[in-house]
Amino acid sequence: MTVKVMTSADVTKKVFNKEELFVLDVRNESDFNDWKIEGKNFDYLNVPYYELLDGVEGILEKLPSDKEILVVCAKEGSSVMVADMLSEAGLTVSYLKGGMKAWSEHLEPVKVGDLKDGGEIYQFVRIGKGCLSYMVVSNGEAALIDATRMIDIYLNFADSIGAKITHVFDTHLHADHISGGRQIAEKTSAIYWLPPKDATDVTFSYQPLEGGNDVTIGNATINIHAIYSPGHTIGSTSFVVDEQFLFSGDILFIDSIGRPDLAGMAEDWVSDLRETLYNRYRELSDELLVLPAHFMIMDELNDDGTVAEKLGTLFAKNHGLNIEDENEFRKLVTGNLPPQPHAYQEIRQTNMGKINPDEEKQREMEIGPNRCAVR
Amino acid sequence: MEISKVLDAKGLACPMPIVKTKKAMNELESGQILEIHTTDKGALNDLPAWAKSGGHEVVKQEEENEILKFWIKKA
Repeated sequence: MTVKVMTSADVTKKVFNKEELFVLDVRNESDFNDWKIEGKNFDYLNVPYYELLDGVEGILEKLPSDKEILVVCAKEGSSVMVADMLSEAGLTVSYLKGGMKAWSEHLEPVKVGDLKDGGEIYQFVRIGKGCLSYMVVSNGEAALIDATRMIDIYLNFADSIGAKITHVFDTHLHADHISGGRQIAEKTSAIYWLPPKDATDVTFSYQPLEGGNDVTIGNATINIHAIYSPGHTIGSTSFVVDEQFLFSGDILFIDSIGRPDLAGMAEDWVSDLRETLYNRYRELSDELLVLPAHFMIMDELNDDGTVAEKLGTLFAKNHGLNIEDENEFRKLVTGNLPPQPHAYQEIRQTNMGKINPDEEKQREMEIGPNRCAVR
Repeated sequence: MEISKVLDAKGLACPMPIVKTKKAMNELESGQILEIHTTDKGALNDLPAWAKSGGHEVVKQEEENEILKFWIKKA
């Protein structure tokens, strides 16, 4: 019948709305098992495209007639080929424009809060990889937190709401994704902030972000109050914004906590992690809305697509915050850690400015889900 | 190693490298070896997986200057 095109934005809407979709993923099995498009009511069939070169008759009976079919591959090429073949067999199907490459890079902006004196906070949900970045806007000024390397999205968004980016923060040196922070700061003449303890090896200049620093955005109407919160990295820093929002970086997630081993320092940093989560964070108000730098599973998304939860609720429900015994905590957090993707070392080096891979290489480095947490 | 045919698939994007490989392999006799050159990174996992599902043997594989090379013996 026909071949239609679905964009990552289209698919993201379906994910947020918990719609049904049948995903025919034609990548090889190990890539599919590593990482795929996730949706609560999505069904999957994985048949590598090279097994369909002689025709699609063999899979026709496995495809549903009562829901939309999306053919997906790594970059689009193979999914177009398979979609064409299915169309010739009489089906109406879509292929994912740009493939999983585009899915990995898609950022969906969602408003996540209002500031007391009239500004807003937007969360940029990188649905394919789990990264969360933020724009805090007040009186025509904007601050970015943990921006990814798809910088045009932030620049265009700021333009569209008439805001000038004046400060760019990274809560810590990231290992799972390449930061766009420095580049954005260069383009907008904004100040780039990085916690100094994570920046000991960087090759560029930056503004050291330390606990207790207050940065104002937009005519002195908001304070970004930095709290030193080591454990995921030695320099990890959280922010309280407007006395309402806690940007927890990769220290605390909705349903898990940060892993301390990505720089190879697990044993050393476990106590820091515990101190941050069990003491420092306990001193903060239960009413703070926690805005982390990653989500791990689709369940962490609220109905409106945002990832956010009150600190008090996390203390009640998040398993990682409720392990009485320190030794048990240590075991949870240093044993059973998910494998660290080898690209993580290269990504850290890129974020330190030590290596400068081209865009294609950066994409390759980032393929796959994030593995920043331990549950 | 005696190579019966060399397939230059450089510059081709997925799925073409494997489409062409399959075609070239069809023209070989059992036991003969096909050498394939490709620049598509996806081929790194896909070509060996395709070969395995077809019963062919990847005799050798190397990467030189961003060019992936495979030597596959027909089943």
